[in-house]
Amino acid sequence: MIELKSIRKAYQTGSQSLTVLKGIDCTIEEGELVAIMGSSGSGKSTLLNVLGLLDDFDEGSYVLNGQNMDGLSEKAAARYRSDFLGFVFQSFNLISYKTALENVALPLYYQGVPRKERQARALSFLTKVGLADWAEHLPNQMSGGQKQRVAIARALIANPSVILADEPTGALDSVTSDEVMALLKEINSEGITIVVVTHENEIANQCDRIIRLKDGRIEGANA
Amino acid sequence: MWRPDWDGFTEMIQVLLQKPLRTALSGLGVGWGLFMIIITIGSANGLQNGVSQDLGDMAKNSMFMWTQSTSMPYKGFQRGRPIDLKIGDVEYLAANSRVLEVAAPQNQLGGWRGSNNVTRGLKTGAFTVFGEFPEQQLIEARPLKEGRHINTRDIEDKRKIAVIGERVRDILFTKAESPIGGSIRINGVNFTVVGVFSSMRSGEDAEEDLQSIRIPFTAFNQAFHKGDEVGWLCLLFDEEVHADSAAAEIMSVLKARLSIHPNDNRAFGHWTVAREFEEIQSVFSAIRWVSFVFGGLALLAGIIGIMNIMLITVRERTNELGIRRALGATPGVVVRQIMGETLLLTTLFGLMGAILSVATIEGINALLESMPDLQGGSFRNPEVSIDIVLQSLLTMVVMGAFAGILPAFRAVSIRPVEAIRTE
Repeated sequence: MIELKSIRKAYQTGSQSLTVLKGIDCTIEEGELVAIMGSSGSGKSTLLNVLGLLDDFDEGSYVLNGQNMDGLSEKAAARYRSDFLGFVFQSFNLISYKTALENVALPLYYQGVPRKERQARALSFLTKVGLADWAEHLPNQMSGGQKQRVAIARALIANPSVILADEPTGALDSVTSDEVMALLKEINSEGITIVVVTHENEIANQCDRIIRLKDGRIEGANA
Repeated sequence: MWRPDWDGFTEMIQVLLQKPLRTALSGLGVGWGLFMIIITIGSANGLQNGVSQDLGDMAKNSMFMWTQSTSMPYKGFQRGRPIDLKIGDVEYLAANSRVLEVAAPQNQLGGWRGSNNVTRGLKTGAFTVFGEFPEQQLIEARPLKEGRHINTRDIEDKRKIAVIGERVRDILFTKAESPIGGSIRINGVNFTVVGVFSSMRSGEDAEEDLQSIRIPFTAFNQAFHKGDEVGWLCLLFDEEVHADSAAAEIMSVLKARLSIHPNDNRAFGHWTVAREFEEIQSVFSAIRWVSFVFGGLALLAGIIGIMNIMLITVRERTNELGIRRALGATPGVVVRQIMGETLLLTTLFGLMGAILSVATIEGINALLESMPDLQGGSFRNPEVSIDIVLQSLLTMVVMGAFAGILPAFRAVSIRPVEAIRTE
């Protein structure tokens, strides 16, 4: 599903160049639930952004779903994001003035799905994450766990091949964290590949496989 | 095929309603700009209508001419010689001028602040009395209320008849009496009233018309011992000829006959309606330009306000726009959304400004019409054509589109990853 070869990525900060990813090789199979771990500054968030086509990379190759993702235009990246990827963020990133239902339906709007169908599908996904009764609520009327479930429903609605979750439980207490992880595992059991970035061992241990990053390299890989 | 993007539309409405006060205030700038531009154009039109009305129905190819004194010595005459016109000179002019079409000599008795000169029994009044030819009607038409105008037979027979203004009738006759056939005394000479006229002019000019009495030129000269003197000439010239050259030709004919130096510009005074009209036109085109420029500047200020507010909005919504892009919005979609919001804002408030300004103008119009006292003023029927309204609105929409460009491209210049990170 995902194949990375010698991915390098550097940030220019003023006159200095900070290399964040120093040659990442990894493969994630379809249907896997993978955790990416590492301390802050290890490059795990950057790696997730590269995987999510939110950020570009300097060298190497990235094949997603059999297609080369090298040197994509913004437009093409947006298209692939829309077709293949779903995102879950630590800070939920719901749009504050839209109801739960509208937030969930938003990716379908960008795919040009008619309004009626959008709303029906959004409601079914809200039902799936147990929030059907909250459809007309605004994000600030919901708890952290509820917001993250709305975000997960939003990530799922466009039938993505891969869900990328950046510290999905980082802002949640342990009980709701477990609920969210249970939900992600349930989704994974339906065959969707999930990549979770976390620094919590308890979260990582619930995954099939852990990729540990340190200083821009995968630990255990031949450096 | 294009079809209306209602979803995009509701999306924009939702965003604009997010900050209703801000939306209203920034929209106000645009609405105000359009309001001002349409109000000033409407007012300029009102002023023009009022002033044009003052000229009444005077023929555009008419000219008034009177004699003064020479300013140059010529053929043995000293400078400063007073010039007098006789009926014979007018006949000569009519026979020799190539551009002259109608010549109507006039004489006058009484006038501004004149003493009481007209009586009827115990009733008395001070009126301007004109001796004139029937042709006068071709130059300044006066609508007839009763009876008839002066005709050629009156001139030939030197009939002592009078056509009086409505105000003269009101002063000399009671409401119950018919003025036709009534007898009035002008400077001790009896005249029979045969007609009553009103005026097509407005304001003081109309007042003057209504307080005047018209009698046949020949009867005038006989009754008041003017011989064959002519006070001044009212003329109509060929419509194809420009007023200035027509005036020059007519005066040169008279100069030759009366031994006046061809370059003497002081011997005759003259006034043409066309010239007056041109001056009024140029004043109004200047006013119109000024109102366009200032209205345009007001509009520009409003548009810059919109651009400013959209830039702020885009900055504030960096995170939201980042999320939208992560969820599949292409840069083009984001650009369209921001431009659409800007356009919607300008169009919506511009439309409100336009409607409000047209309503205001119509309101003033109704007010003016309901107050007959104001009817004579130099301001009437303020109006704007739908063309002007549409053009202003279109200009504003185009400017609104331009105002949206910078914020829209600013919105997509931030990469999604940075946008999402922004809180």
